[in-house]
Amino acid sequence: MKPGPGTYRVGGKIYASVLGLLSPRPPFVQVIPLSGRYIPKPNDVVIGTVTDVQGTFWLLDIGAPRWAPLHMTGTPWQVEIGETEKFLHVGDSVVVRVENLDATGRIGVTMLGEGLGKLEGGSIERISPARVPRVVGRGGSMIQTLTRRTGAQIAVGQNGRIWIDGDPDAIARVREALRMIEDEGQRPGLTEKVDSYLKSTETSDDTGPIEPARESAHRDAPESPYAGPGEFPSERPDADSTDRDEN
Amino acid sequence: MGSVGAKDVPVLFSPEGLRIDGRRANELRPLKITAGALKQADGSAFVEWGANKVMAAVYGPREVHPRHLQQNTKAIVQCKYNMAAFSVDERKRPGLDRRSQEISKVIAEAFESVVFAEEFPRTSIDVYIEVLQANAGTRCAGLVAASVALADAGIPMADLLPAVAVGKAGGQLILDLKKEEDNYGEADLPMALVPQSGRLVLLQMEGHMTRDELSTALDMGVAGCRQIYEVMKAALRTRYEVAAPAEGAA
Repeated sequence: MKPGPGTYRVGGKIYASVLGLLSPRPPFVQVIPLSGRYIPKPNDVVIGTVTDVQGTFWLLDIGAPRWAPLHMTGTPWQVEIGETEKFLHVGDSVVVRVENLDATGRIGVTMLGEGLGKLEGGSIERISPARVPRVVGRGGSMIQTLTRRTGAQIAVGQNGRIWIDGDPDAIARVREALRMIEDEGQRPGLTEKVDSYLKSTETSDDTGPIEPARESAHRDAPESPYAGPGEFPSERPDADSTDRDEN
Repeated sequence: MGSVGAKDVPVLFSPEGLRIDGRRANELRPLKITAGALKQADGSAFVEWGANKVMAAVYGPREVHPRHLQQNTKAIVQCKYNMAAFSVDERKRPGLDRRSQEISKVIAEAFESVVFAEEFPRTSIDVYIEVLQANAGTRCAGLVAASVALADAGIPMADLLPAVAVGKAGGQLILDLKKEEDNYGEADLPMALVPQSGRLVLLQMEGHMTRDELSTALDMGVAGCRQIYEVMKAALRTRYEVAAPAEGAA
């Protein structure tokens, strides 16, 4: 076995370097982090907040280790040098895509592409980036449940920032549901639980008829959405921490 | 400490081999660690160790402030150790003093030697340690809390850093001094261990010991650190425990 992400090797033994779940991917062994800041990957769609405005670019806080510069040429607008502040101000929120990463940790993002742009209205909620797959759900089942039950508009960034728009009551219910997902993300039957919570708080005027039949396909499936490493969330409950040698 | 009349010194080690709180020479005080005690921070931990209560919060890796401290090839570790005004009997004058600066420095350096800082160039990992109640050994308690908080923050590192002090009181080497043993004792030797490699990344000494005593004290400290290590791992496991899938939806 070779040391993969989240591990390191000393003297023929492989140790975990982050707290997480063990996931062997022969010939590599890796540890999937359970916590931590957002680590950007190319092509991730993320939600950022403007923290600084410069002559030719804006700096975005996307919850990553460093601020990400959004260059004026990476926007759909005709921006003249020095006129950046006419378009985005400190505190504005945007949906951008991670374009490139370099060895110095610089994160290049772009606003050119479908579904990208400035966010108007709504509110932003933060969750742990490790929980994003749970919020999306298998094949988007969780996010569908949330929008269908509340009528709110939701955009999920891979960095754990979630934009919610709708009437105040709907936003509050989505927020509460997100807290449930964050606290109990590892448990099975989560979509069901969130669904029944949202159902119980439903007021007569908020949503149209509900088709439970569509959702039942996802009901009994364990909540592990991606074919990626997140596949084995509950198999090794104790494979945590910076301590085990697995070789 | 000034001169203390012989009569005032409590019996720190009884003929039966017991200390003032009834512990044996190589026994730790009760230790309880809660990982993830704060919501806001990227990682956090609360440590109750004997009468010590210490909170640690970790932020980062994040942008460096002030900018000129930024390093092009790695993350820097910044630590701020602080004692609350109410943490000791006589009000502690708030703010930076020589002692807290020293402790901040040695703790930051201890972490710099285990954190994989090269993974996050030009960033800062900020560690905050707040002592709410002090009863000797707060730098070790702070280090333990901060280490669990770093793991909770998902920071890659070689290992957790358990820490403990060994001291000499009543002519006897004892593990994990409490306040009276520290105040009236003859020596204090705090240390922090990397269990994976067996290396010590923090070692300080106050007072006097013979060479033989020092070598025995180091062994006692390392053994103590290994016990503390287990408590640290258990705290992290509790925090991220996965409910048994068999029970179905709760």
